[in-house]
Amino acid sequence: MDTWSLLSICVLLGLTTRWAVSLNSYSGAGKPPMFGDYEAQRHWQEITYNLPVHEWYFNTTDNNLNYWGLDYPPLTAYHSLLCGHVASLINPDWVELHTSQGFESSAHKLFMRATVLIADLLMYVPAVVLYCFYLSEGSNRKKVCLVLCILLYPGLILIDYGHFQYNSISLGLALWGVLGLGLGWDMLGSLAFVLAVNYKQMELYHSLPFFCYLLGKCFKQGMGLCINGNFIAVTVLVTFTLCWLPFLTDPGQVLQVLHRLFPVGRGLFEDKVANTWCSLNVLIKIKTILSTDTQLYLSLAATLLAALPSSIKLLTKPTLWQFKLALVNSSLAFFLFSFQVHEKSILLPALPVCLLLGDLPLPAVWFLQASTFSMLPLFLKDGLFVPYAVTSSAFVFYSVYLLSALEHSSEEELQLKSLSLLPFLSQSPGQFYLSVAAMAGLSFMSVALAPPARLPDLFPLLVSVFSFLHFLGLLLYFNVVQIAEPPSPRRKNPKKTE
Amino acid sequence: MRSANQIERRRQRRRRRRRRILSSGLYNTVMAASTADSWSWFPALALGVSFLKCLMINSYHSTDFEVHRNWLAITHSLPVSKWYHESTSEWTLDYPPLFAWFEYGLSHVAQHFDKKMLVVQNLGYASPATVLFQRLSVIATDVVFIYAVRECCRSVREEKGSKDLLVRPYFILAALLLWNYGLLIVDHIHFQYNGFLCGILLLSVARHLQGRHLEGAFLFAVLLNLKHIYLYIAPAYGIFLLRSYCFTKDNTDGSVRWSSLSLVRLIALGSIVISVCALSFGPFIAMGQLPQVLSRLFPFKRGLCHAYWAPNIWALYNVVDKALSVGFLRCLVVCALCSFMFGWHVHEKAILMAILPLSVLAVESREDAGIFLMLATTGHYSLFPLLFTATEMPTKVLLILLFTLYSFTSLKKLFRGFLLNTLEVTYLLGLIAVEIICEVVYPLLPWKQTLPFVTLLAKSVYCSLGVSYSFIRLYLSILRPTDKPKEL
Repeated sequence: MDTWSLLSICVLLGLTTRWAVSLNSYSGAGKPPMFGDYEAQRHWQEITYNLPVHEWYFNTTDNNLNYWGLDYPPLTAYHSLLCGHVASLINPDWVELHTSQGFESSAHKLFMRATVLIADLLMYVPAVVLYCFYLSEGSNRKKVCLVLCILLYPGLILIDYGHFQYNSISLGLALWGVLGLGLGWDMLGSLAFVLAVNYKQMELYHSLPFFCYLLGKCFKQGMGLCINGNFIAVTVLVTFTLCWLPFLTDPGQVLQVLHRLFPVGRGLFEDKVANTWCSLNVLIKIKTILSTDTQLYLSLAATLLAALPSSIKLLTKPTLWQFKLALVNSSLAFFLFSFQVHEKSILLPALPVCLLLGDLPLPAVWFLQASTFSMLPLFLKDGLFVPYAVTSSAFVFYSVYLLSALEHSSEEELQLKSLSLLPFLSQSPGQFYLSVAAMAGLSFMSVALAPPARLPDLFPLLVSVFSFLHFLGLLLYFNVVQIAEPPSPRRKNPKKTE
Repeated sequence: MRSANQIERRRQRRRRRRRRILSSGLYNTVMAASTADSWSWFPALALGVSFLKCLMINSYHSTDFEVHRNWLAITHSLPVSKWYHESTSEWTLDYPPLFAWFEYGLSHVAQHFDKKMLVVQNLGYASPATVLFQRLSVIATDVVFIYAVRECCRSVREEKGSKDLLVRPYFILAALLLWNYGLLIVDHIHFQYNGFLCGILLLSVARHLQGRHLEGAFLFAVLLNLKHIYLYIAPAYGIFLLRSYCFTKDNTDGSVRWSSLSLVRLIALGSIVISVCALSFGPFIAMGQLPQVLSRLFPFKRGLCHAYWAPNIWALYNVVDKALSVGFLRCLVVCALCSFMFGWHVHEKAILMAILPLSVLAVESREDAGIFLMLATTGHYSLFPLLFTATEMPTKVLLILLFTLYSFTSLKKLFRGFLLNTLEVTYLLGLIAVEIICEVVYPLLPWKQTLPFVTLLAKSVYCSLGVSYSFIRLYLSILRPTDKPKEL
């Protein structure tokens, strides 16, 4: 069959899966007074549609910041404004100031879900297709299989189409950034990435690799000849200026927005998240021992330390392969050690790991499955267990089947030839099955059994610690792969052209 | 002199190459030449569609959902003698007794999900556990359909030419059947048990194709006692079995040799059918409830019989002498289409009875593939009005695009060339225009208030053109003189 028809079928399958998940409940459904992320997005449409720009980030009588105040950068606000305009055309009640709070109806849900689908279709899906066809290797059939597997990644589907968010826009823009850099269009790539950062500030997790890659390329070309670098710097500045234009009239505005984006007063972590501090908190109550300032500096130091080796390696060797690995390592380091991390932020390392599905299928599938599993408590709260179970099973089955993940697990193919210090990975397929079985078991226990009265948070804690151990192990693995790469060109699987 | 390292590297390279060829991933199956006999892709296809069905659990369901919940309640809570008399709900039991026993069996599992659904008075009860159970029961019973598809695929002729798995007839047939759009929409959204029933039908067909006629007859008898709508194709079965199984020899010119009637076979066939019916209706005959049961099964006695038997018998009269050369499956499809065209109180869902068996013919002959594309696309589009909610619009559009795109491209690749002429393609493209006019343009017009049914009428009329056209072509294919030996 022709590649284009196979590709269309895979894209249609991906879209059908997404829409089918969106038939389920969303975060905060029917739970006054605060509801959830769905209501937050609807509220932002209401705020941006009705109020002038200079009031969006401020606490006023019309805008109560305690009720889902805007805490994403301006591009999210502009997107909400656009959606608000469309919403008011269909039914003004949806965005009526004050009276539309907590508005829920099936028509409104259809509208909101449709906005997510349209954003995905315009931003994320084309980026995935272009990445697989232009920046990955293998036959056309393999590229189509890769498209399907990336589109089936459950974490993004369940958060965007279930819980309700617009991660496909920020991740899509970041992917366009990777595409741009990979194809040699540095300016366009930088532009896309700056837009991504201006959509969600968490994209800063990816900023170190982007910076080091571009700087590294500059160094390679010789400092004096780095005219490109200047152009990129100008592009970045201009884009930032354009995004923040309405707020640049008043320094107070800029400060307030930054204050909303980086709430340093909120503490090291909230709720259960599969990172170091939350897991450490089980043994040592760091939140109570250390002051907020110390926590801030500690997490800053730990994050930079964890991200340093990969960034330096990328600086010295700015290739696409190194860039992809650095994206994984940097964002995973940030996830594990940074301040005020939410469990949804695991999507930030998950995106570059998706890009590694073609090269290192087994570790990638393992990570992606663990990342979905780490968000299980969130899905249970939202009533999304069935979609979670189905999409996770489908993802594991199809990535293993289509990408022959378990066959490509010899030491050489896992890029570990020169290192015997990770002997446990030689038993990879068995361990992978064991791990997936454990995740399945824990998932069913979380939903079927009631926790003991003394330990009400037992299952979320088990889930987050289990996931944390996986993330830590995989962080070490991906760092080893990136750093131990020999200076000569990497010997990849022989290319198959069709 | 090679170093130990070089020897080791060469050995590893050879090992990797061997492993790659033997691995069963789809990517490698397609690349390698030797894995044509491995059927590992079949579970992948079946599992995939099952996952999709699980995701549809929370979509819209029609009143058929309440119908089946009611039947679960009736069979579980009431004694057998009351099953066909119970009328608390408007959805009275109007399927044959075997289906009632099937619901009875299901109700024993249902009680572990939510006991309240088994209370007859709980009309319209649809708790999340109820929805979950009912949906899962459809998905689980589809296992019969999946097995039947596998049996059908094994009966399909192998094409020795290409190595590419995706262009093999049995792969295409499996995909067209397992991922059939009509079944997905009607069974897993609207809510019915067609997959289970069509599975028994296809299994019966497969048994006949494999020459296991008594098994096939048994399965068909069971099917008739599960849903009596299959009476429509009973003549095709009856005549085929009589002709090819009971009459053991033909004359030299192909016509029937009346003297070769095998009484043993006739009696074997008859006793199987009668015993299944006895098992099903027996308890009700013993209780003297047969008239009541029949009145539930055939609510409009006169109309049903007169309206469809005549053209059906007429259609078959022409093939009595040529039944063998025409082929059993073709007969079946024409019968089913006859009933769709002329039958009483026909549901648009009945088009599935024709589309599914036609899929088997479609992967074997070029002309049938063309007819299949016309009938399937038109028939599937005609199911659109079944899901009228706005939330289901993306689902039905995405799924029909998926199925139509796949059927067109795979069959075109299989038969290496275009299967439809310009007029047919124009007609099918017209379906898109009809949909846009009905869903987008018409609601903006002032007549929407006064004449709200115009859109449904327009869609029905337009689709009937395609269905009639396919029916005529299939009918003509029967009448055409052929000297080919026994085909499907």
